[in-house]
Amino acid sequence: MNMNYTSEELAFRDEVRAFLDEKLPADIAEKVKGFRHLTKEDHQRWQQILCKQGWYASHWPEEYGGVKWTPVQKHIWDEESCRYGAPRSIPFGVNMVAPVIIRFGNEEQKQTYLPRILSGEDWWCQGYSEPGAGSDLASLKTRAVRQGDHYIVNGQKTWTTLGQYANMIFCLVRTNTEVKAQAGISFLLIDMNTPGITVRPIITLDGAHEVNEVFFEDVKVPVENLVGEEDKGWTYAKFLLTYERTGLAGIGLSKAALSHLKELASRRLKNGRPLIEDTSFSQRIAKIEIDLTAAAISNLRIIASVEGGGVPGAESSMLKVKGTEIRQSINDLARRAIGPYAIPFVAEELSLEHEGEFLSDENAAPLSAYYFNNRKLSIFGGSNEIQKNIVSKMILGL
Amino acid sequence: MDFRLNEEQQMLQDTVARLVRGEYSFEKRLEFSETDAGFSVDFWKQLGELGLTAVPFPEELGGFGGTGVEVQSVMTELGRGLCLEPYLQSVIFGGGLISQAGDDSQKEAWLEGIASGGLQAAVALQEPQSFYNLNDVETRAEKNDKGYLLNGRKAVVIGGHCADLILVSARTSGDTSDANGISLFALKADTAGIERRVYPTIDGFKGCDLTLNNVQVDAGALLGEEGNASGVIEYQSGRAIAALCAEAVGVMETANELTLDYLKQRKQFGVPIGKFQVLQHRMVDMMSELEQARSMAILAASVANEEQSDERRRVLSAAKNIIGRSGQFISEQGVQSHGGIGMTWEYNFAHYAKRLIMINHQLGDDDFHLERYASLLQAS
Repeated sequence: MNMNYTSEELAFRDEVRAFLDEKLPADIAEKVKGFRHLTKEDHQRWQQILCKQGWYASHWPEEYGGVKWTPVQKHIWDEESCRYGAPRSIPFGVNMVAPVIIRFGNEEQKQTYLPRILSGEDWWCQGYSEPGAGSDLASLKTRAVRQGDHYIVNGQKTWTTLGQYANMIFCLVRTNTEVKAQAGISFLLIDMNTPGITVRPIITLDGAHEVNEVFFEDVKVPVENLVGEEDKGWTYAKFLLTYERTGLAGIGLSKAALSHLKELASRRLKNGRPLIEDTSFSQRIAKIEIDLTAAAISNLRIIASVEGGGVPGAESSMLKVKGTEIRQSINDLARRAIGPYAIPFVAEELSLEHEGEFLSDENAAPLSAYYFNNRKLSIFGGSNEIQKNIVSKMILGL
Repeated sequence: MDFRLNEEQQMLQDTVARLVRGEYSFEKRLEFSETDAGFSVDFWKQLGELGLTAVPFPEELGGFGGTGVEVQSVMTELGRGLCLEPYLQSVIFGGGLISQAGDDSQKEAWLEGIASGGLQAAVALQEPQSFYNLNDVETRAEKNDKGYLLNGRKAVVIGGHCADLILVSARTSGDTSDANGISLFALKADTAGIERRVYPTIDGFKGCDLTLNNVQVDAGALLGEEGNASGVIEYQSGRAIAALCAEAVGVMETANELTLDYLKQRKQFGVPIGKFQVLQHRMVDMMSELEQARSMAILAASVANEEQSDERRRVLSAAKNIIGRSGQFISEQGVQSHGGIGMTWEYNFAHYAKRLIMINHQLGDDDFHLERYASLLQAS
């Protein structure tokens, strides 16, 4: 047993820290740390900086412009970038569709799309969920019918994150209705500017526009946009999901949120004393910190187990459940820490450009909205119930 | 024992229920919330015309002479509709403070208006630093030859943005968190020196923070004895807690109905999701939480108008603690059961979920009341 980083890993961590010290724009970090919304430009600016460093495509093989990080190095990057308040990369292009194209796509697709993902020329979004197919993804209904050298696509996708910014969408579509549900699905790459596509915002309970519905009406998609073989899309989709699910535990994010919470609780007063000195509140924080420590070690154990290659198994499902519960309880405490000021919703204070006096203090405004918004953590990426089903099937054999 | 409402109480509840059902669809609620008042002025007028805003007031004021149970009937139904009108702030809390502390001329001047819905009151008792402790008051009132001069800041005054009369606590003596030395003032909202910073709340209401900058009032604005308002404030906040618990029960009832409907309708893997045991058990837990909350709301209503005692204090804190916990459970587990749709603005459940969480931030959250309860624990 050795739970410490090797000297190479420590050196890597120093390198990461030096890079973040020097290159992470302070205004962006401030937004991230204060749970404020990032603009498209914020994301793009950070992506350019990462690309220049050669660190953007950390899941890709080197030959395509990726960086050869070990799982431990990826973990170090994750921890440090969260701690510094670097934005999370929008995963749909770089971490989701790209590995599928690399593994299953043809040479032309690799040549076309991978460079454009790196350069930021394409912004991808994900067309998986449908109104009737969320957790039960295989029941999706969007149809793609081949006509000559095109598919004609009809149907609707939903929960399309940041689809309003995207110019490309990767979709699961049904190409065969004669076979069992999983067998008749194909994986299509679709240009969002094709006639017949409509994007409609879904406003979430916190008033934010983060997700969308995407409608397809007789959308003509060239057959060369099919990835792999027709009707084999389910295999590629499952491969992609293993990428989606690693990292959903959000340990780095929880650590950052916890230190934000402690800072907040040191500044807020209760009976004239800092809230962090209040017995019941500090015990709540302590309990979460203990849970987070355990989850962080579990995370490291999973990372160590895949050091030699491969992807994590059902253990990552348990970690997703725990990790999201922990993050949600940190959000819960942050809201509690501001007491009655959890109630006002001053929209202009959600943006850092706000110039007037803050109602409570500058950290308070987004906390309730953030708490409500992060109720999604236990729903998306395979709901926590689905994760438990996976564990009971794969590990317990039930 | 009989937990049923009597005929009159049942009639009252049915009246409010019918009114809410008829006038307060979810779509209309979203519209009301967007107006300047932040609620339906029409609906508020109707509550007044039907005598519903007079429920807790004595008969000589055209009231009903209603106790905690009658208030409970009204508030539960308003909760079911997620109603935005200032019933809690104006009728229960504001009206209660004036009824208990006001002299005859003050009662005459204001109570009839409040009881008819014609005059809207709001309570401004908390401050940026007070963290639910209503004895934590920094706002000062200095006596002068014209009356009192008020300076300070009041936090999160729900309904204060459009109230005619604002009931403000201010310190006439003592240190920041002394129970002694707090006085209560009734300020006309247009008094010079009152500045309101208006904002929406995350659960669809409107409120404001108040800055009092050399606000001069005459001696007639003082409610009750100088320096002695702490007891009145505590007693009336107890009545408001009981009313808020009743509202919460109404919100939870609807939240659970919506969730149960969803479990029966929504299909995944070829069956309604309600066929999955994990969701069944969760729904059962949500119903059990609601029953716990309902019991405590009934208990709170039963002591709301009783004489002040440690027992009353304990009951009210116990009720608010349970309501805070059960409300959060039903809110969070309800969203989870709905999946993505429960996260959306367009779907009504999300707004019930938000109201339940915000009720916990009004008049003390579950931690605050757990501590208060613990401090009142009896050895045997």
